[in-house]
Amino acid sequence: MINRLRSMLTDSQLFKALVGILIFLSIWYVLTAVLNLPRFKLIPNPIAVIKEWVSFEPISGRSLFTKEYYIDIGYSVVRTLVAFFLATFLGVFLGLFMGWNRIFFDFTFPIVETLRPMPPLSWIPLAVLILPGVEVAVVYVTFIAAFFATVLNTLLGVFSIDRNYFLAARCLGSKPKDIFLNVIVPGSLPFIFTGLQIAMGVSWMSLVAGEIISGQRGLGYAIYEGYSLFQYEQVVSYMFTLGILGYISSAGIRAVGRRLMAWEARRRGA
Amino acid sequence: MATIKQKTQGAISIRNVTKIYDPEGVHVVAMQDCSFEIAAGEFAVIVGPSGCGKTTLLNAIAGFDNITSGEIYLDGELISSPQKQIKPAADRMVVFQNGALFPWKTVIENIIYGPVVQGRMKRSEAIEIAREMMNRVGLNEIEDKYPEELSSGIQRRVEILRALINHPKVVMLDEPFRGLDTVAKTVMHEFLMDIFCAAPRTMFFITHDLDEAIFLGNKVVIMTTRPAQIKKIVHVDLPWPREHHLLGSEKYLELKKEVLEAVHEEARKAFEAGEREMA
Repeated sequence: MINRLRSMLTDSQLFKALVGILIFLSIWYVLTAVLNLPRFKLIPNPIAVIKEWVSFEPISGRSLFTKEYYIDIGYSVVRTLVAFFLATFLGVFLGLFMGWNRIFFDFTFPIVETLRPMPPLSWIPLAVLILPGVEVAVVYVTFIAAFFATVLNTLLGVFSIDRNYFLAARCLGSKPKDIFLNVIVPGSLPFIFTGLQIAMGVSWMSLVAGEIISGQRGLGYAIYEGYSLFQYEQVVSYMFTLGILGYISSAGIRAVGRRLMAWEARRRGA
Repeated sequence: MATIKQKTQGAISIRNVTKIYDPEGVHVVAMQDCSFEIAAGEFAVIVGPSGCGKTTLLNAIAGFDNITSGEIYLDGELISSPQKQIKPAADRMVVFQNGALFPWKTVIENIIYGPVVQGRMKRSEAIEIAREMMNRVGLNEIEDKYPEELSSGIQRRVEILRALINHPKVVMLDEPFRGLDTVAKTVMHEFLMDIFCAAPRTMFFITHDLDEAIFLGNKVVIMTTRPAQIKKIVHVDLPWPREHHLLGSEKYLELKKEVLEAVHEEARKAFEAGEREMA
């Protein structure tokens, strides 16, 4: 019985993940609390961060037990999800059409390739000037990098489809719309979902940058505020909050992908 | 000798067909002045050195590519010439070398795809017919599987069923059993033989395997090295349905010798041409 329990613990993924986290926290603790290295003097150690994070009366006014914390999360989640779903909807359609229609591709690819490398932050002045209100500008900055990641991966997905599937579909009597729905869309799904995971990641990154510069409320804004007020425990606990939200959202995308791509899951023996 | 039912549809006439790739540039003559006939319901097997234009011919009949000169007729109707190229359609089905079952569709969805998308059958009707076909060939347990969960041999069988449910005039198979082991190949030959004998239709079968060519074909068309021409047509008058013990018969060995001599000469020429190109 004990042996079985031990082998369950030592073999399981969860156990390995917990050991990994423990090692990471230990290194962090040694660097900030034991060695007290000059550049780490102001960095809070993990115990201080956790204490602040779970405190009923946090110094920063933000912890797991305050309303403020969840309002910040709410703002950031809504902004990210709006930007992400817009990027998915528009990016997948643009990518599919670019891959499907050679003429459309020739018209659009140079523009996409020029706009794509522009850092999201460089869009902030134009976004503020053109779009109504700061909120829309923050969502736009969050959207833009996710959008291009989705377009490019969708396009690569269409290009990755074996030519024989197109020929077979034509032999079987498909019209162009049948080929679009039965070959192009399902054939590019694996790449689309890889793109969506990347897009979700860059959405969170861009959101924080956008919130720091021009936002009000939200996790990114609170991190910047915490930095200005020397509340470094809150800065780190919010960084981890962002990490956890990013992890959950990526896991959500993977779960949807597994449902939509049953053939891929079965191939991998899932 | 057992006979098979006469078929009235699917006669192919290939007349003086030439195909030049990139005529303004590299100018590769893949095929030159090729002519031969395939009767309706005949099992024609095309053999020849690699790169001799066998697939070029298949592509022209299927409607995937055009030809530079000459004409191809199907049942007297012009389907390919420099001026006219009809599009791919379900009357000329292709079974591809590396398989082209849609990996995102289950076996049954793959098989019913053609008739449903053409609007010839309702989904429920197509499923019923597909199940009947699968039962007849012992594939009834796999309808909800995805192609990648199946062995290559079973995938090929499903792909052949996907072609046949459309009642094509011609089924074109481009080295469909390449890469299968000997046992799987034998099973596939029997499968194809059963299907052909039950409902004969014109077959255009490309292979490098001479045993396969003689075992399956009514007619073995041997093509020359590039630019491809018709080297020889060997008529195989072995009885139907054919069984594997035929491979040791005297008649079979005579036919094999005849085919082998023609192919060997072309293979040697192709090898020398390759050596020259490399030099």
